[in-house]
Amino acid sequence: MKRSKLAIAFALATLPFAAMAHKAWLQPSQTVIAGENPVVTVDAAVSNDLFYFNHVPLKLDNLSIVAPDGSKQAPSNPATGKYRSVFDVELKQTGTYRIGVINDYATASWEENGQPKRWRGTPATFAAEVPKNAKGLQVGQSVSRVETFVTNGSPNDTAIKPSGNGLEMVPVTHPNDLFAKEEAKFRLEIDGKPAAGLDVQIIRGGTRYRNAQDEIKLKTDANGEFAVTWPEPGMYWLEATSQDDKVTVPGAKQRRLGYVATLEVLPQ
Amino acid sequence: MRAKLTIALGTLLAMPVYAAELEINVEIPRINAAEYHRPYVAMWVEGADQKAAANLAVWYMTKDTKEGHGTKWLPDLRQWWRRSGRTLKVPVDGVTGPTRPAGKHALKFDDKQPELAKLAPGNYTLVVEAAREVGGRELLKIPFVWPIKAPQSGKAQGSSELGAITLAAKP
Repeated sequence: MKRSKLAIAFALATLPFAAMAHKAWLQPSQTVIAGENPVVTVDAAVSNDLFYFNHVPLKLDNLSIVAPDGSKQAPSNPATGKYRSVFDVELKQTGTYRIGVINDYATASWEENGQPKRWRGTPATFAAEVPKNAKGLQVGQSVSRVETFVTNGSPNDTAIKPSGNGLEMVPVTHPNDLFAKEEAKFRLEIDGKPAAGLDVQIIRGGTRYRNAQDEIKLKTDANGEFAVTWPEPGMYWLEATSQDDKVTVPGAKQRRLGYVATLEVLPQ
Repeated sequence: MRAKLTIALGTLLAMPVYAAELEINVEIPRINAAEYHRPYVAMWVEGADQKAAANLAVWYMTKDTKEGHGTKWLPDLRQWWRRSGRTLKVPVDGVTGPTRPAGKHALKFDDKQPELAKLAPGNYTLVVEAAREVGGRELLKIPFVWPIKAPQSGKAQGSSELGAITLAAKP
């Protein structure tokens, strides 16, 4: 029991790389909202299908909610069940909120007394918790971001400015201004610099009710940009991954980068 | 050169003579629903760039509620919200008002209305959008030219949340 839990934790730790079939996502109840002190509720899960709770919950340990003025905000009513995590976001300000789970960590695996050991933690705790000269020590580093956007009233750009760490999407078209049959443009950046030639995959939700994934496959251009014309309204899941050798953890050879966004496209 | 100047002057002088008027008739159909709420309706003038050039009317629940004057549901008027509503501070004098019952509603606007007074000459579209709680949404468009130098008229027929919409523009 303990081991299987650990295995799941490790699989999650290396998401979305170790388990390509599993999709991590945050899904807000709505993305365009108004009124006095509106609230959205957000589901957080890792699943096979979009957007159904059929695998494991997405952990909320590294949840980050950035308010329209750039300040950090805590979630309300967070809870984690067997298949999903859920939390509310009170939208006290007007403008755009950026809601994300950002995992920035190191992983290690080695052999101890003939048993395989696995470790996951922050780069800061690495030295204290991982034996330096362990047998068969393998070290990796990873930055992944799973996010979504919600706008109360008029959209703004403060919260959606890139942080400059890892793989991020910089909206050219505002992520809460997406309409079916219209083109939207985004830029992918790695550590704040355009990420050229990256593969981007976009899948519309509701996969359980159709026979094919109907994924849209795109590639970023020299400026790290890509454009998509939304075929129909719906909640869309967008993913891009990359890897490089810009590691900060000693012994690590490779850094894995992941980005996921959930975007709502409205009908005309 | 002189001829041009005369024409320009002539247009300038002629401007005040046009007391342009937009007469809009909007039909809200009677819908037999178990749970009927009066629709939210927005009427605005859209420029060739699809931007909102003038708000004419926005009908929503103006009564005070826990959710705040029904503004919570204003984004359901999706295109109006996007083009104008989200940057607007409601209520707006002479524009916003309470929801209206099923039936025919006649509205009249003249060029003294501040929203219309600022319109630059060009091609425009009257857009009427209706969204009903627990119901549907419909959007109709009628093109016209501003300023109104000769009578213009247009019609659009809705099929669900809106009935017949007519626009009569008179100089």
